Amino acid sequence: MDYIPHTQDDVNEMMRAVGVDSLEALFADIPEAYRLGRLLDLPAPLAEQEIWEHMSGLAGRNRLPRATLTGAGAYHHYIPAVVSHVLARPEFYTAYTPYQAEISQGILQAIYEYQTMITRLTGTRVANASMYDGATAMAEAAVLSAKSLGRDRLVMARSVHPEYRKVVKTYAWANGYECVEIPFDAAGRVELEALRGLLDGRSAAVLVQSPNFFGVIEDIGPLADLAHGQGALLVAGFAEPTSLGILKPPGEAGADFVVGEGQGFGNPVSYGGPYLGILASTDAFLRKIPGRLVGATVDREGQRGYVLTLQTREQHIRREKATSNICSNEALCMLAAAVYLACLGKNLRKLASLNVWKAHYLKGSLSTLPGWRPLFTGPVYNEFALACPDPKEANRRLEKAGYTGGYDLSGEYPELGGGLLFCATEMLRREDMDNVVSLLR
Amino acid sequence: MELIFEKSRPGRTAGSVPASDVPETALETLIPAGLLRDDLDLPELAEVDIVRHYTRLARRNFGVDVGFYPLGSCTMKYNPKVNENAARLDGFTGLHPYAPVAFSQGSLRLLHELAGYLSEICGMDEFTLQPAAGAHGELTGVMIIKKHFEKKGRKRSTILIPDTAHGTNPASVALCGFQVATVRSNAEGGIDVAHLRELMTEDVAGLMLTNPNTLGLFERNIEEVADIVHRRGGLLYCDGANANALVGVTRPGDLGFDIIQLNLHKTFSTPHGCGGPGSGPVGVKRHLAPFLPVPRVVKKGKRYRWSEEFPLSIGRVRAFYGNFGVMVKAYAYIRALGAEGMRRVSENAVLNANYVMARLKPHYRLAYDRVCMHECVFTGERQVQESGVHTTDIAKRLLDYGFHPPTIYFPLIVREAIMIEPTETESKETLDEFCEAMISIAREARENPDLVKSAPLTTPVKRLDDVLAARKPDVCWTLC
Repeated sequence: MDYIPHTQDDVNEMMRAVGVDSLEALFADIPEAYRLGRLLDLPAPLAEQEIWEHMSGLAGRNRLPRATLTGAGAYHHYIPAVVSHVLARPEFYTAYTPYQAEISQGILQAIYEYQTMITRLTGTRVANASMYDGATAMAEAAVLSAKSLGRDRLVMARSVHPEYRKVVKTYAWANGYECVEIPFDAAGRVELEALRGLLDGRSAAVLVQSPNFFGVIEDIGPLADLAHGQGALLVAGFAEPTSLGILKPPGEAGADFVVGEGQGFGNPVSYGGPYLGILASTDAFLRKIPGRLVGATVDREGQRGYVLTLQTREQHIRREKATSNICSNEALCMLAAAVYLACLGKNLRKLASLNVWKAHYLKGSLSTLPGWRPLFTGPVYNEFALACPDPKEANRRLEKAGYTGGYDLSGEYPELGGGLLFCATEMLRREDMDNVVSLLR
Repeated sequence: MELIFEKSRPGRTAGSVPASDVPETALETLIPAGLLRDDLDLPELAEVDIVRHYTRLARRNFGVDVGFYPLGSCTMKYNPKVNENAARLDGFTGLHPYAPVAFSQGSLRLLHELAGYLSEICGMDEFTLQPAAGAHGELTGVMIIKKHFEKKGRKRSTILIPDTAHGTNPASVALCGFQVATVRSNAEGGIDVAHLRELMTEDVAGLMLTNPNTLGLFERNIEEVADIVHRRGGLLYCDGANANALVGVTRPGDLGFDIIQLNLHKTFSTPHGCGGPGSGPVGVKRHLAPFLPVPRVVKKGKRYRWSEEFPLSIGRVRAFYGNFGVMVKAYAYIRALGAEGMRRVSENAVLNANYVMARLKPHYRLAYDRVCMHECVFTGERQVQESGVHTTDIAKRLLDYGFHPPTIYFPLIVREAIMIEPTETESKETLDEFCEAMISIAREARENPDLVKSAPLTTPVKRLDDVLAARKPDVCWTLC
């Protein structure tokens, strides 16, 4: 089936109006030799019912776990029913970027409200309308830091998500920047002395996450002081956005950019996407940050209204001199985050606390197993790393029982000598945690 | 309309949190107090108020499901509903990106097959699905160009871009450390081949070409263009933003392109979501495949898995695997249409654009008077000269007629540009209604120009003060 309304009569009449006698004639500009002259080699078309059956079949080939013990950049949270109902409004999901402000006040106001929520959560002054994901938000903040300062060195914590570090390295390579890694200490935090030694006059930005990849909460203040002491900027990420419900806003602690993955706010894990990158900053970068920004203004009659603003930062105006090349962002995922935050409101603190309690319960329980012990001593949010005798065997056992196990740290962090990174959100029930511990005993 | 913060009342709440089934320890005993926040300033509303707030906002927005949306170069086609349902299947949305491979075979198969379909449609050998949007795909493609020359041990510093190109092209090139050199267009709206020949030196890494270009015109000299670029060792990059004109009729790979990025949210019917999520897969010819981002899905027997074993890869451009939920919709779309349906897409998209062009030609001046592809570009110059009505006025007046305006003031080489892309999913009646509205506005411009200049008259807000917004930026609410 296709979605084309024309009848043959319509087509004939339109061809007459255009002055051609075949559809083929419309493609006369394509040299004959380059026309396909055959049908594409694709599976036969399907009726709607067949599509539904086929797609359901594919989804059914995935196996959803009884419960998941993995976070590592994607977090299972309960999504209030209101979120999916708002997202299903076709005025939102079938619209384009709100360039025509008069008929786009809905999304423009929603973005303005989101920007406000994010600045309050992160302790910043400006937040854009989203980046692609947490990794690209961090990479673009790094590139912007380097361009703004005219420096070419990025100093990145090894405790940042391994995939984020890879993305930053790809962007750095493309721009000819050097990337160096800061080791972590016994607490699982950035080793301050090492950072001091790595910083120099070429360093544009220090990139960290808190909670970091190991779930450990960093102390942002001293990191900001060290970076600023060398004239560099601090890009503070967060692994899990719900942690902002209880943690001190990174902007208040001195971060110049706050970046991170916003998926945990109302978006499903969905095999890695679509998610939304959060990017927020200080007043100093208001006219430089990448991506779309909505500003309040008034109309001809003095009524309050909203428009995309400061567009001279953007590619469609500035072309090669633009701050970034970003055009499409993750607007609908951003809308999910805004609705989620509106639903949770001050209860986000309660939810974040529940995550902390569950994680500490699971951490404590697993640490009673013979040979299992925390890898780090630092305070954690809802993730924690444990050394264990045989990580692969542990995950095999959990998988067999229908659980997604911990993230195996041995691939990306061989220096840890084997270990698993576990996550416990509000979705993980005590009985599952107890069951997991007994399975591993 | 009031902001959500203005509707907030202390003590109200919507999202309830379950009681804890584990010990509730004071947070300060688990996390040092200095790392904890003091207050949390989020709005407090009851569920019904939140639902009404966002419903009212939705009613102040315009989507394809509300009405005709002929936004040039954006391919605002109808978004099939079954695809939305498919993307919401629990088996897709509930799968964690690090779920064991044994748990993920359905998603992996979908990704593998989708990459195969896109390769066939474009005449390319391999596709990556990792880039999250068209511009992200461009960046990935330019990185592949960079890697290609790095591997050859030759540094080339410049990439050529026609003056008709989308702004993302030069911005992507700049974000990859290349210089941009602009190629002029010729009198018939194509690339100026002589200028290209002059610019195409051994220092040029390649040409980024949108075909059909943003004037909606097919690059007639494509064979010669490809030859000039390849002879000097350059690569030919296709911005596939306008692929809706070509699917099933011709293939960029056959036309000589080495790299292409597609926009699944344009050609492959996935909704734009107010500006995202999109998806920008990148296809390449075999000789460039080793440079594609990792990880890549590989199939062995009937099993699928992720592989990072591509040592020449540019690396990662995004965490995880891309905008999976968007890919589900594009996959369902391709399966619904099949080969015949794909060709009907471009045939009808091109027919519709030419029909609108033919109907409006007596009333608006055409930028280039020749058969167009999926979109047609007019200029509002006649209206400016006759009555001082500008393209922006015409666009705003269309709002009063219930239509989303075309893309305006782009491409940059056309003054007062009006760029109309009807897409194939619109009926003749809809196109006629739109044309009647445009003709009526042309008449209003002559007879009552002040009416057109004061438009829109029927929208919830009137023309907004962009200058004030930029001069005194107010990008977050601080009054409460």
